[in-house]
Amino acid sequence: MSVTDKSSLFPLVEIRQLTKAYVRGKQVLEVLHGINLDIPEGDFVALMGPSGSGKTTLLNLIGGIDSPTSGELKINGQRIDDLSGDELALWRANTVGFIFQSYNLMPVLTAQKNVELPLLLTDMNASERKHRANIALQLVGIADRASHKPNELSGGQQQRVAIARALVSDPRILICDEPTGDLDRKTADEVLTLLQQLNREFGKTIVMVTHDPKAAEYAKHTVHLDKGTLVDEASH
Amino acid sequence: MRKYLPLIWGALMRKKTRTLFTLLSLAAAFLLIGLLQAVNSVLSGGADFLGANRMITQAKISFTQPLPMRLMPQIESIPGVEFVSHSQFFGGVYQDPKNFFPQFAVNPQRLFDTYPEWAMPEDQKRAFISTQDGAIAGKTLADKFGWKVGDIIPLNSFIWTQRDGSRVWQWRLVGIFEGRDQEWTDRANLMYLNYGQFDEGRSERARGLAGVFVVRVKNPLDSERIAAEIDKKFENSADETKTQSEQEFQLGFLKQLGDIGFIVNAISGAVFFTILILTGYTMSQAVRERIPELAVLKCLGFTDKTVLGLVLAESFLLCFIGALMGMILATLTIGALPAEYPVEADSGVWIFAFFTTIFLAIVVGLPPAWRAMRLKIVDALAGR
Repeated sequence: MSVTDKSSLFPLVEIRQLTKAYVRGKQVLEVLHGINLDIPEGDFVALMGPSGSGKTTLLNLIGGIDSPTSGELKINGQRIDDLSGDELALWRANTVGFIFQSYNLMPVLTAQKNVELPLLLTDMNASERKHRANIALQLVGIADRASHKPNELSGGQQQRVAIARALVSDPRILICDEPTGDLDRKTADEVLTLLQQLNREFGKTIVMVTHDPKAAEYAKHTVHLDKGTLVDEASH
Repeated sequence: MRKYLPLIWGALMRKKTRTLFTLLSLAAAFLLIGLLQAVNSVLSGGADFLGANRMITQAKISFTQPLPMRLMPQIESIPGVEFVSHSQFFGGVYQDPKNFFPQFAVNPQRLFDTYPEWAMPEDQKRAFISTQDGAIAGKTLADKFGWKVGDIIPLNSFIWTQRDGSRVWQWRLVGIFEGRDQEWTDRANLMYLNYGQFDEGRSERARGLAGVFVVRVKNPLDSERIAAEIDKKFENSADETKTQSEQEFQLGFLKQLGDIGFIVNAISGAVFFTILILTGYTMSQAVRERIPELAVLKCLGFTDKTVLGLVLAESFLLCFIGALMGMILATLTIGALPAEYPVEADSGVWIFAFFTTIFLAIVVGLPPAWRAMRLKIVDALAGR
């Protein structure tokens, strides 16, 4: 299945016959069954579906934090399903930014130090890291809270810091797992607008899991999963 | 690694109170380990004649075994020996058994020759030499009991009885001595008794015996040779000797209590085991609480080995700060001890503490670090 008419677009994410099964005790539970999906570069895709449909599992596979049981998963032409743990870690550092529902910031670090975290894996010196982190914080409109720790920030502000952290290493894909799940409507709209802006203005490819149809409206396309199978797609 | 320091420090400071108490426990443990190892280092050290210009010759079997006085001129005849004196432990208490302090029956002139570190007025020295029942007391001791020259001091000896069966010996205080410097003044808490009354007063069969001989040499560099010559001279005789440095001899008293080294090591081991359990629990708890955070680090691209390194570094930082606090306290405490306690936190003690800290940090840090390294991101984020 293709999420859009993208014959002219380069598929950044290519998924072929992807399956994922978990072993729970003696039981083997297959949660994704032969998924085929292309996501072009610069797309903003919302993955929707009921609980247990496999949308988060698919997101985790695209983000390289889980490995498929079978099938092929290419990102930017590179197969990531057969990378070793360390290779995958390096790939994640260079290619993907993660945004979680519960923000997952380090509570003991300031907003700026949180944003600097991915840059610790680079050769940048401290002043370069600081500079890059400030730019990312400005981009998400929260530079004035750089010296605050997460517990001194509102939920929306924390999510903005998390987005800045995801952006700071300039990844090609943003992986968002229910990014507005813990936010009120107004703040959620602000965060989604920011994601939309990152997609439109900076060409970031965004794959977002959401339960919220309103949130999905911010995406260019919506893909529905049910019982581990792609069932539907829609363009906005 | 320096760039990770805020992250490691932040992890430690996540629960400040817990970290503070763990650090205090570590500091207390290393204070104890530092003190015990300082004692152990002194006790387990071999005979050190370096710089020793005074040695003690005792019976080879035990220092409690007396030696005949006839050995003294033979020792004096050995080249390099400057003075020889004899000394017999008296073992008396003053008024109350709690008032125990060291007393030695000595030849006054020989005492002054071998111990020039004691300072007292010349007239008092002469009085001690010429008074058969004379005694001199260190200033610290005299001040403690309010003694003054001319006082009669009765001492009840638990070792020596007089010929009439009495254990109470009367001594006339004829002098009060101090040290020539502060270190020796601090040691002036003992008493010397004139050997004249002591030898005459004790039973016939004990006469003419000395406890030990104090040998003062002309050149400290010859000490080791002279010690060997003395012992060789009396080898295979009825009175075999053992000559050692003064410090080594003093430690012999302690060793009489038992295998002090074993006791010290056993206590150190128990302290180490306790702190290992405590710190290990703290580290495990600290990492368990941060599983989702560690998973996020992995999401961001931190490799398994980097995460392992971060947790191990946290363990090292915690252990090193605690150990350093403890060892500094131990060094300060040892430095404040009176001069008669010849312990010091030397480089050996610090090296022991250093390797103990490394071992501790690895043992307490490795299990949680291993767990952090192996955690699966998806499971950790899902709270499984």
